[in-house]
Amino acid sequence: MTSTIAQTEQKIPTGTWKADTVHSSVAFEVPYAVATFSGDVPEFEASLEDGTLTGVAQIASLNVKDENLQAHLLSPEFFDAERHAEVRFEGTNVTRDGDKVTVDGEVTIKGITKPATLHGTIVGPAIDHFGANRVGFRLETTIDRTEYDMKWNMPLPNGEPALSNQVTLKADLTLVAQEA
Amino acid sequence: MRVLAISGSLRADSNSTALLRALREEAPEGVEVELWQGLREIPPYDGDEDVVPGPPAVDAFRELVREVDAVFFATPEYNSSVPGALKNALDWASRPMATNAFRNKPVAVIGSSAGAFGGVWAAAELRKVLGAMGARVTDAELAVGHAHEKLDDDGRLADDDVRQGLGEALGTLLAEVAPLHAAA
Repeated sequence: MTSTIAQTEQKIPTGTWKADTVHSSVAFEVPYAVATFSGDVPEFEASLEDGTLTGVAQIASLNVKDENLQAHLLSPEFFDAERHAEVRFEGTNVTRDGDKVTVDGEVTIKGITKPATLHGTIVGPAIDHFGANRVGFRLETTIDRTEYDMKWNMPLPNGEPALSNQVTLKADLTLVAQEA
Repeated sequence: MRVLAISGSLRADSNSTALLRALREEAPEGVEVELWQGLREIPPYDGDEDVVPGPPAVDAFRELVREVDAVFFATPEYNSSVPGALKNALDWASRPMATNAFRNKPVAVIGSSAGAFGGVWAAAELRKVLGAMGARVTDAELAVGHAHEKLDDDGRLADDDVRQGLGEALGTLLAEVAPLHAAA
């Protein structure tokens, strides 16, 4: 992880931590034709509480660079935001090995819940320049979107599908300790 | 609850239109099935004319789709695909893309043909088009082959299996409308 904090801690922090969403992001990447298409979901909440890492994103806030594309992604062919407002992750087994972290849990998209394991890095906890105690997570996992009833595709001239079924979900979280 | 029934055929003795008249008879209490009469009035799509306000017939169609709870299509099959007049009306209705009247609208599609296959290719293509427009395309399916043989001399549906299939397709469509009404 890119960080200004020296890595000294070795444990998953206890207590209650909530995301500073200004300094956090939730995003996705999916191979599309010859490149990678990406977007982010700016409205979300995340917390680490008693060893459970939870994230809930409001999918209607999904942000891509074209309004028609956004509308397609929110339509019943993809997220069906009208009926399923939230994308959710809940991880109950958070393990740390130095700056490496693994979170076993479940991803819920379009009302469908499947197991998923997030991999990534962790930094801190550390006290920031305003005195707040922060811990950083940089996590990702890859899901098969067809398992969440998102099956749209379009064949390329060579017969290959335009859009990959493999979608990488990414979360870059700054969590701040809450006072007891 | 209002269901707009759209026939893909303009022909007076259309099998598709006859199926939609029968559909109206299968509607449960509290469900009003309206047969759309405006297809002939929709002009050929022209981006230069796609402004606000649009052609009156187009604006009326868009408004009607917004008002109803669901849309039920019965399409014939022309050259293995959707009839041009129907596709043209949907091309108008799909604009502006991000906020078009069909977005999230529950829709059902059935097909019919004089041949044996019942318009399955046209129905599949119509579902694809509606999905691309952002409609909530239901799993309702009915392929009425040899459709003209299933109407009596007055053009009324005279086949109990088809009539049952219509009722089931309508039920599938209405089930997709219900969650929204329950949440309201």
